[in-house]
Amino acid sequence: MSDGTTSQRERSDYRKREESVTLSSEPVAVEETHELMTLNIGPHHPATHGVLRLLATLEGEVVRDVQPIVGYVHTGIEKTAEDKSYWKVIPVIERMDYLSYYFNAMAFCGAVETLLGLEVPPRAQYLRVIHLELNRIMSHLFWLATGALDLGAVSMFWYALRERERILDLFEMSSGQRMHTRYIQVGGVIEDIPRGFAAKLREFLKIMPPRADQYADLLEKNQILLQRLRGTGVTDQQTLLELGVTGPLLRATGNPWDLRKAAPYSSYDHFEFKIPVGTVGDNYDRFRVRHAELYESVKILEQALEGLPEGPFITPDRKVALPPRHELATSMEALIHHFKLVTEGFRVPPGEAYYPVEGPRGELGCFVRSDGSAKPARVHMRDPSFSNLQAFAPMVRDGYIADLIATVAMLDPILGGIDR
Amino acid sequence: MPSGPEAGGGTPPVPDATGLELTAAELQEAFPSSILGTEFHRGRAALLADAGKAHDVLERLRVMGYTFLASLLGVDYYPEEPRLGVLYELLDFKRVDRISVKARVPTDEPLIASVVDIWAGANFPEREVYDMFGVVFEGHPDLRRILMPEDYEGFPQRRDFPVGGEPVLFTFNEEKSYGKWQ
Amino acid sequence: MEVKREPLDDFRVRQLQARDLLRGDLEGEELERYVEERVLTTTVDKAVRWARGNSFFPLTFGLACCAIEMITTVAARMDIARFGWEAFRASPRQADLIILSGRVSIKMAPVIRRIYDQMLDPKWAVSMGACCSSMGVFNNYALVPADKFMPIDVHVPGCPPRPEALMHGILLLRDKIQGYEKPGWRDRYEAHGTEEVLFGDDPGGESAAINVYGGMTPVRPGQARQDAERAGSRRGDTAGA
Repeated sequence: MSDGTTSQRERSDYRKREESVTLSSEPVAVEETHELMTLNIGPHHPATHGVLRLLATLEGEVVRDVQPIVGYVHTGIEKTAEDKSYWKVIPVIERMDYLSYYFNAMAFCGAVETLLGLEVPPRAQYLRVIHLELNRIMSHLFWLATGALDLGAVSMFWYALRERERILDLFEMSSGQRMHTRYIQVGGVIEDIPRGFAAKLREFLKIMPPRADQYADLLEKNQILLQRLRGTGVTDQQTLLELGVTGPLLRATGNPWDLRKAAPYSSYDHFEFKIPVGTVGDNYDRFRVRHAELYESVKILEQALEGLPEGPFITPDRKVALPPRHELATSMEALIHHFKLVTEGFRVPPGEAYYPVEGPRGELGCFVRSDGSAKPARVHMRDPSFSNLQAFAPMVRDGYIADLIATVAMLDPILGGIDR
Repeated sequence: MPSGPEAGGGTPPVPDATGLELTAAELQEAFPSSILGTEFHRGRAALLADAGKAHDVLERLRVMGYTFLASLLGVDYYPEEPRLGVLYELLDFKRVDRISVKARVPTDEPLIASVVDIWAGANFPEREVYDMFGVVFEGHPDLRRILMPEDYEGFPQRRDFPVGGEPVLFTFNEEKSYGKWQ
Repeated sequence: MEVKREPLDDFRVRQLQARDLLRGDLEGEELERYVEERVLTTTVDKAVRWARGNSFFPLTFGLACCAIEMITTVAARMDIARFGWEAFRASPRQADLIILSGRVSIKMAPVIRRIYDQMLDPKWAVSMGACCSSMGVFNNYALVPADKFMPIDVHVPGCPPRPEALMHGILLLRDKIQGYEKPGWRDRYEAHGTEEVLFGDDPGGESAAINVYGGMTPVRPGQARQDAERAGSRRGDTAGA
């Protein structure tokens, strides 16, 4: 427009842009590619696994920075938990990370048991392990289904959720609910496994490894999937440790840190299993580590079912656990305990406890502070998704935006756990 | 010196009481009057640190082997004073030790140094503690609310903040029936 | 478009008209009116409602735990495709059904309202689970029930509801759309007048504080009748809320 003639001024923008098109392969207007663009992804986006919001700074197609914004399902569960007696907190706290509800309950019950100094019977510990590992498989299957869906492998969605339904049937059999079962209880578990559970579980354990092989066959030989996973989202071990990342993400870089081995709880030291680790820490390793954990969980389940000890499924301490139903009709003491537990709940001696367990996404630690009353003074959950999300920016930086979606899928964040 | 998992509860391994005292003495020597006390309860080792020197203590603990910040959380100790507490759960990968550092700040001046320069992973948890308790972390690169909306007023996790919520009409004659919502 | 009912004593007239039509004697404007009234409009309207009810395009919108069960509804065992609702759309502009699956926080509520406003008419909303119907166990500072900021057609109880329950809820919605609305609990228990007022028409009145819409008054299908009924009893019933 420097010459300012009328004919040029009258030209439309479209014509001007048309003129600038050349057929040479050299990039036109090089300085424009340095311009940064901010792209908002979410909170409603099908690939963010919930209501995660990402502010991505793009340079062309390359992600230069990304800022996760969370809090869209903040539920105030920790505040609600302070308002309920200990045994009523369990159902509330299960709804934090809604794909690992047994782990949430386990961490909370473990912390309360530590404060009470309570011994958990061996059968209860084994039953806990059975359900925790089933939950781990369930969570990984759901991750596999939705994660593969994000990468375009639609059929995995149906296959993985087909097996997940079998696990939910087992949960329903033992507790009556598909999700948020409130099976794990302070002092043990709420009920023994019903008749037929073991047979059904064996059937599932027989099916699961071949099915996992099938998943591998479907995905590992898929060139599109491999190209999207291999070498993307690479992060080294030290960065992850600085950012507080645990679980399969850390193990994918080769660090075999697993609380089940390092600091065994709930008789995990009775079982033989391996910790799958990766080598470089890219998305492919994350996928492989989680996939290999399916087999290891099946191994633990087989051993736990084989060696399931006889005995009570909950602590005989009547101050904490409800008396059995038949005692109510005969024993006055049992009736008083029942009444006390149902109306007020049990009191916990003052103190603080932090109880970590190895969840499907990493270290899930529950902090409980008791002030001596029947309600906890503070409940805080160290959720692995919350810490792991901080590593998202280093993972996707200087990669393509298509890899960002793959990295979210392999990061496996659960927004209910992040926001709590 | 891990105490080993207990048979039943399976408490996380922590240094035993002597080890805790030794750690406290070492820190006390390095930073005078930085450690206000120790707590050893049910297998949990906690150091009570002075809020002004918590940053130095944590930095030294990192050098001593506690390289991993497992959790950072806030606690409201109402009605005790100073009310607010910031708890750091540290982990030593090699010895599988856990130690907890506690720093207390009053509500009228809730200031504590940020540890983002020691552990980059403290970023989100510190923002959460700020959001929920109003503890201001000095030196934090991006101290904003994280879970609540940015224009929210009040710090919901403090004990004097009401739980909130609203009454729900469950039955059509709730007005007349016993147990009406107050 | 409702079917126009003529008085019964016109029966003979209509009978004669039908005979004329069959004979081919009906012509011009008379014929057009006959066709419009008796054949086409009513049938198309019904057909459209039938089609709408059987081919929802739900929005891919998950919030929390209930989203997992919503996804399960699509998956292998439950297979929502049996009813023709499997085409989940990622864009609100292509969807006509939003399933609020989970708890709605005060940070998310404006976003949901915006997504709902972006959906094209006709649109429906299902509130899935206790949290977004009534806040459930989490009756606290962070949450808001969905009825406070958008009209909901069907509430599905449960925490989380089973996939079967969600399907039942959408089937109810289908019946509602197709004109076979089932009576709700208020009809069964004759409890009219207990509705919480959200769309109040007295902006300066005592219910103004919770009139989240300001001047805007969204209309829900089947609400006109209730509006007329509760107009008288509104003031007294919301005082407790």
